[in-house]
Amino acid sequence: MVGIITYGAYIPRFRVKTEEIARVWGANGAEIAAGLGVMEKAVPDLDEDTLTMSVNAARFALDRRYVNPDEIGAIYVGSESHPYAVKPTAATVGEAIGATPVMTAADYEFACKAGTAGIQTCMGLVKSGMVKYGIAIGADVAQGAPGDALEYTAAAGGAAFVIGNEDVIAEINHTCSFTTDTPDFWRREGQDYPRHGGRFSGEPAYFKHIQGAARMMLEKMGTEPSDYDYAVFHQPNAKFPRNVAAMLGFTAEQIKPGLAVPRLGNTYSGAVPVGLSATLDIAKPGDRIFVTSYGSGSGSDAFDITVTDAIETLIDRKAAPSVEDLLNNKKYIDYAVYAKHKGKIVRAA
Amino acid sequence: MSVPRFWRKQPQRYNIIGTKCETCGSHFYPPRTICPQCRRDGKIVDHKFRGTGKVVTFSIIRTASEPYDYEAPFPIAIIELDEGTRMTAPVVCDLDEMEIGMPVQATFRKIVADGDSGMIVYGTKFVPVK
Ligand SMILES: [Zn+2]
Repeated sequence: MVGIITYGAYIPRFRVKTEEIARVWGANGAEIAAGLGVMEKAVPDLDEDTLTMSVNAARFALDRRYVNPDEIGAIYVGSESHPYAVKPTAATVGEAIGATPVMTAADYEFACKAGTAGIQTCMGLVKSGMVKYGIAIGADVAQGAPGDALEYTAAAGGAAFVIGNEDVIAEINHTCSFTTDTPDFWRREGQDYPRHGGRFSGEPAYFKHIQGAARMMLEKMGTEPSDYDYAVFHQPNAKFPRNVAAMLGFTAEQIKPGLAVPRLGNTYSGAVPVGLSATLDIAKPGDRIFVTSYGSGSGSDAFDITVTDAIETLIDRKAAPSVEDLLNNKKYIDYAVYAKHKGKIVRAA
Repeated sequence: MSVPRFWRKQPQRYNIIGTKCETCGSHFYPPRTICPQCRRDGKIVDHKFRGTGKVVTFSIIRTASEPYDYEAPFPIAIIELDEGTRMTAPVVCDLDEMEIGMPVQATFRKIVADGDSGMIVYGTKFVPVK
């Protein structure tokens, strides 16, 4: 059955605390951190972007398990921060892992769910026999305008999944999606920062679409939330996934391993991929994982996943850093250094 | 910056691809086409280095020329790769972490961007092994 062959996550090592951002804007940091459930967020190094994180995540996936690069037939990178407006991130990833030239590639964008859209595309290509392996990556250097509410959470990170048909470490039993045209968040061409539709961002956007896709999945599979060991929901902050989990009937324990946002921030297209990676880091054979992403604009992709025995026999999870390792490898920076890292301030010519 | 010149070197920059002599087992980076020991008896083939090694020596660049100046200060090290050849490359870490003998591994990073509209060059740097 189609599923995950191997996986890898990447998180830069710099962190800025929510309280430090609040200090600059004269806001109450402790209150904001508690309200969002986000204590700190990951910040890229000066020489890191969505492409470098995508390559490093893909290489970590391949460190865990050998996959013949010539058999990788497709690479999709989902992000809203591709370094070029025109020139595919996915082709450079292919070159950097030795999968070129006999492969197809494209960059995806669907706000925060472009990474899971890539997983679905790879599933289709693998199931139809068009490719043996496909790689789906979700990664972002998330943008939030200085002083905007999004600045407290917009973070950097991502994860890569090799999708295939044989000897999978986790079977993807089913996937389904729920999509509408909803103006909750957007960024026009050439603009540095996104804008959001205020009251559109909660109920009619995140909650409606995640519940739409999740309920469709439970109905189709004939399952209850208690049939799953773990659940991963899109995590723009810690409050939204906790609330949507409760609305659907999932417990705080089920979402805990995949809830990276309190120490990571919102990595946009990287959020669910990193959360799923963190869950796979600790999963045992037979564990069942419920996953639902969310991308503004708006849509949700749901996945029903069962971990197989191969997670203990066919991959070496220790051959690459776990999400916990990546979260613990950190260096705090202040707002000024953070602003330089994100290109918010530049040296005069 | 010349786009074609960069493109020709992409394989060596993205992955550490050098050569090895199958006769005597010597590894070469940058790639050599003739083995200095075996000469005519050498059999040279491409070799993708694992990207792990250790710092032989290093220098801290405090005043860098444009366009690398915004990243200064940063360490540049001579790294002995595990297969047994040496290369010069930047190491990404705190300056006080830098140490002779420190184990490092390759990582993929942005090397330089040609202004706001030109090409972005990517390649290999090293990070400490955690
Ligand atoms: Zn030789």
